[in-house]
Amino acid sequence: MKFMVLVKASEETEAGVLPTEQELTAMGKFNEELVKAGVLLAAEGLHPSSKGVRLKYTNEGTSVIDGPFAETKELLAGFWILDVKSREEAVEWLKRAPFEDAEIEIRQVFAPEDFGEAYTPELREAEERMRQQSAEQHGR
Amino acid sequence: MTVTEAHRTIDAVWRIESAKLIAALTRMVRDVGLAEELAQDALVAALEQWPASGVPSNPGAWLMTIAKRRAIDHFRHVKMAERKHEEIGLDVETARQAIEVEPDEVPDDLLRLIFTACHPVLKTEARVALTLRLLGGLTTDEIARAFLVPEATVAQRIVRAKRTLAQKKVPFEVPVGAELAERLGSVLEVVYLIFNEGYSATAGDDLMRPQLCADAIRLGRILAGLAPTEPEVFGLLALMELQASRVRARVTADGEPILLLDQNRAKWDRLLINHGLAALERAESLAPARGPYTVQAAIAACHARAGASADTDWARIVALYGELARVAPSPVVELNRAVAVSMASGPAAALPLVDALAESPALARYHLLSTVRGDLLAKLGRTEEARVEFERAAGMTRNARERDVLLARAKEVSGAPRD
Repeated sequence: MKFMVLVKASEETEAGVLPTEQELTAMGKFNEELVKAGVLLAAEGLHPSSKGVRLKYTNEGTSVIDGPFAETKELLAGFWILDVKSREEAVEWLKRAPFEDAEIEIRQVFAPEDFGEAYTPELREAEERMRQQSAEQHGR
Repeated sequence: MTVTEAHRTIDAVWRIESAKLIAALTRMVRDVGLAEELAQDALVAALEQWPASGVPSNPGAWLMTIAKRRAIDHFRHVKMAERKHEEIGLDVETARQAIEVEPDEVPDDLLRLIFTACHPVLKTEARVALTLRLLGGLTTDEIARAFLVPEATVAQRIVRAKRTLAQKKVPFEVPVGAELAERLGSVLEVVYLIFNEGYSATAGDDLMRPQLCADAIRLGRILAGLAPTEPEVFGLLALMELQASRVRARVTADGEPILLLDQNRAKWDRLLINHGLAALERAESLAPARGPYTVQAAIAACHARAGASADTDWARIVALYGELARVAPSPVVELNRAVAVSMASGPAAALPLVDALAESPALARYHLLSTVRGDLLAKLGRTEEARVEFERAAGMTRNARERDVLLARAKEVSGAPRD
């Protein structure tokens, strides 16, 4: 299952303070471990919200609001997407992340089946058609 | 922390640490069976102590310390039992010294462990079980459930495999030269077998088997990290990721398969597709000539790149099947090529290819050959011949539902009112 690890912004990340070489090295080493274990799907850092933009949809239309945004703690500074067996595994991995003063949040990524999609008549029909086709070697 | 929470955490730590732990211990004690027992002892100690004391800040190092302590105890016992000593073939003092050395980062240990678990002295099923156990961190019970066999069977397979490795004195090493290619083939085969066992399962424990696909992909990624210059490692990884990207679209809510061309492509996992395409690119950049896994991945990539079934580049797929038939010739590949030809150029072009295959003894009892032939004949309006083929196919399949469908198909082509 997939988990998204959200790294909360701090005053420093919002101010555009870049990580030091040492911090980058430590984070690189951590990411390398994730890759070697086969669990890393994606990892990115985000520019400060001053370079970001928000879109707000209402009945009247869509408004575009330029950053920066307030409430630093609710902003994000980066993310990972991990492919692991359990939430606990994600937690155990992130315990090893080289953070000193930071807060992260781990959220499971929705898989299509989590939405409980119904077995529709179209799907039943597709199944019937499937049984009448012979190209099944092309993957099931 | 409750006991249950602690156990879940320990499961997670085990999944992260066990392979590295067993690999490092094997290097020290030169016996994969003993290494695994020592690692298990450490796990038991964790299960006893962590619920009360909490998980240590460096759980991997904690487990290693315990395992090493047990190893030293073990060799003390061995010293008193010389017979056992000879079995291991190690000087006790040397062994003790080896254990007391700090295990520095030797990434090759993991690679050595994979090559040991997939060693050709073992039967295929033993390689699969041992790989999942030693590298995937799966319990015997999990492996048994994934393969729908009794737990005792798996346990015995593992015990025998470990004994065989010890008796045959299989060295803990990464093969070199010509042997590397051959042995790597065995490793890739095991990983793909594990993947297919999860991927083609339509019966059994539904929750367990997609996990098996995930385990195989993880093994593939680990292998890619360890052998970054081997094109077929990336070819296999690409193939598995591209196939797995379709997992959620390929069965109905009832677990019935949906053919690739009928799948809802919105349900395909884009992230896995991107990963698969990247791995394929890597495989192709590493070698001018594509190996069998890479070609199969290239075929899967054609499907992945098509936004809708109708956009599928069948001409390219035909060419790729031709390439696959050259690098890994088989009648089944030819049959697949014929189906692709019918999609690219119509049934009349494909029929002679299928007719030629009818001579192949390997396909004499293969119901799909008759099914494909019947389908092509039906499309060409040769209904009577089509009926015969569908009936023949029905007589060959061992799956009752499939038989019903084929008989219905036979009835439909012959009874279709045409005037």
